[in-house]
Amino acid sequence: MLRLFLKILKTGVVTERFKKPKDDELERLGIEIKRHIDKKFSGSIAIREVDAGSCNGCELEIHALNNPYYDIERFGIHFVASPRHADVLLVTGPVSRNMQTALLRTYEATPNPKWVVAVGDCAACGGEFGVSYASCGAVSNVIPVDVVIPGCPPTPLALMTGLLGLIR
Amino acid sequence: MSSANWTIDFLSRLGVEGIAVIVPGQGGPSPQPLSQEGEGLYNLSIQPIVSIDEQEHFLPSPSGRGAGGEGAVINVTTTDKPVRNQNPLLWQIAANDWRRFAEAAVEQGLRWVAGWAEQVQGDFLVNACFEKQGVYILSRTRVAVNAPTLPSQATVYPAANRSERHSRDMFGINFVDHPDNRRWTRHQAWAEDSYPLRKDFPVQGAPVDVTPADMHYPFIKSEGQGVYEIPVGPVHAGIIEPGHFRFQAVGELILNLEERLGYVHKGIEKIAEGRAPDSLARLAGRVSGDTTVGHCWAACMAMEQAAAIEIPPRAALIRGILAERERIANHLGDMGAICNDVAFVFAQMQFTRLRELWLRTHAKVFGHRLLMDRIMPGGVMCDLTDADCTLIKREINVLRNELADIMPAIDLNSSLEDRLYTAGFLAPNIAAAFGALGYVGRASGQDFDVRRDAPYAPYDRVTVKVAVETKGDIASRFWIRYKEINASLHLIEQFIDQLVAGGLVSEWQPASAGSEGLGIVEGWRGEITAYVRFDAENKIARFYPRDPSILNWPALEKLVLDNIVPDFPVCNKSLNGSYSGNDL
Ligand code: SF4
Repeated sequence: MLRLFLKILKTGVVTERFKKPKDDELERLGIEIKRHIDKKFSGSIAIREVDAGSCNGCELEIHALNNPYYDIERFGIHFVASPRHADVLLVTGPVSRNMQTALLRTYEATPNPKWVVAVGDCAACGGEFGVSYASCGAVSNVIPVDVVIPGCPPTPLALMTGLLGLIR
Repeated sequence: MSSANWTIDFLSRLGVEGIAVIVPGQGGPSPQPLSQEGEGLYNLSIQPIVSIDEQEHFLPSPSGRGAGGEGAVINVTTTDKPVRNQNPLLWQIAANDWRRFAEAAVEQGLRWVAGWAEQVQGDFLVNACFEKQGVYILSRTRVAVNAPTLPSQATVYPAANRSERHSRDMFGINFVDHPDNRRWTRHQAWAEDSYPLRKDFPVQGAPVDVTPADMHYPFIKSEGQGVYEIPVGPVHAGIIEPGHFRFQAVGELILNLEERLGYVHKGIEKIAEGRAPDSLARLAGRVSGDTTVGHCWAACMAMEQAAAIEIPPRAALIRGILAERERIANHLGDMGAICNDVAFVFAQMQFTRLRELWLRTHAKVFGHRLLMDRIMPGGVMCDLTDADCTLIKREINVLRNELADIMPAIDLNSSLEDRLYTAGFLAPNIAAAFGALGYVGRASGQDFDVRRDAPYAPYDRVTVKVAVETKGDIASRFWIRYKEINASLHLIEQFIDQLVAGGLVSEWQPASAGSEGLGIVEGWRGEITAYVRFDAENKIARFYPRDPSILNWPALEKLVLDNIVPDFPVCNKSLNGSYSGNDL
């Protein structure tokens, strides 16, 4: 136990400062935000992540949001286990046809008002996979999308910027 | 004695059993790519399997194509260790001997590696790849598209089970006596009587507006007092890929688990067709995002073989550094996640912190946090300056020191011990039957690593230490990752020390129509194979990547048995199969 506490002390706080993004910054990053979340949500949103067909690269970077450097929870953004608890769906991947109904059902299970963030080039436009017998392509081909965060995969900073842009 | 001598024994055995094996190009002395167009696509020329001792030293000539004759026997490496001949032996088997061949193979102790099919005009070529002592055999048979029936090998090799179901769904090949006739990759996105990988199936297919859920998949049922079912997924609770798990449990005890995968099937094999080499490399780098280096390397290796291109030594060393860095990044993430699944947050925080630092160096030195698109056909896209090398070496020491702090704190933690030891036990014989790979196989006594047993550049220049354990529990899979990190750190240091000056890319030479290659590398999850065949005009005719997850997933169904349901997440994480790499 002593070793453990020593290591914690030695590591200290590594969380980095992060300023909430301005509109031009979002634009520069190519992040498209159509609507802002209602004032009453500001300060806290619950996110349900849905992999609708990604290569899992995007998931790795979404995971990174919870590491001590980014610690996205300090901004009131947290990930929940059920769409029924969520304000926002964070959707990755081109939507595979085998996931289409599951995504639609997840969307329906999310209470109103709700927002959809499409994460990654695949979710934005189909990416390397496009539309085919097996893939519906962009998320917006299946459910309405409010925010697009491009990148393959988007870096944690781009993800933070996009998500904070939502609740600014 | 050469380790390849078993192939001669095996061939003569097959002769005794009346199985004729055609070894294309027998007697031809020249080391060729896996195949070159001769008289039609099926007329392959390949290394002779006679005089195997010599053959081990055969390499594609350094100048690329056109090598041949005696002069092609060369020794390239600085060590006396022969480089694996990248081309496996190709044996053609009559269709009705397909299962008997597998029976003979299992008796000979061959490991089943991969299976895939391909349509070439009016025929399906069905392939099954085997390995023993680092020597790969690609067995191949042919059935007509209008009579696609073949004896199943899955009765002999459980590892071939899902692979044959995949080929059935994608090509409509009927594997007679297959133990499980349920669909696998097909859900409801295409009709039962249409087959996406047939050449007459359009890439767009004929989808309906909303593909329905795959409702009536016949899961195994169990009945009895107190037995209940838990359906989980495809959308899970965490930030994780989609798949469905069907548990049968009594109280908390898992009686049975059935996996239903295929949800992230994106048609990778189909959309690969017609691509140019660099475009295929990009796609291969997205078969499974966490293995972007591994898959990209395997695909490029296959294309380079087909086009008889040798990559510059500097490029090989940089590939090696990239692959080892990818291994470390994933192992760090997994070790944290395993601890997190038993609520030991200290480790999760420490490991995600180390992983983040590691990825930042990826971005700084190589230009991408996950190292995507760093490998290209013919070489690599990124170089290392002296300053980069210093930075990498310094970071290696930092990581060693960090781990020296963290690992003892973990090792001495009794609650972690309590949860990880003996849980999720995978017996060595089951691991062998499924052909479990990488850390999953090695934690259960499967002593195999492509880098050591069938070395390819740059691993031919170094000694690769392979950690093996026999306990087969979650703790073994955890600690083996730690050992692999240490081995990888050492490898990176050696590669940097050996970094020779020189080019990064060999000029691409279009591959001839019909030429093919099989890339085999040790990805962070284990052996990856990638098969490529070229069409005319340098375009891809067939791409089949075999992620190690395809062989490891079935092991999960076994290792969770008799564990409690709440331990499923940590069991699953200790194996960490890729859904995307499995579903394609
Ligand atoms: S955007 Fe890139 S990382 Fe994300 S799912 Fe698509 S290919 Fe993978």
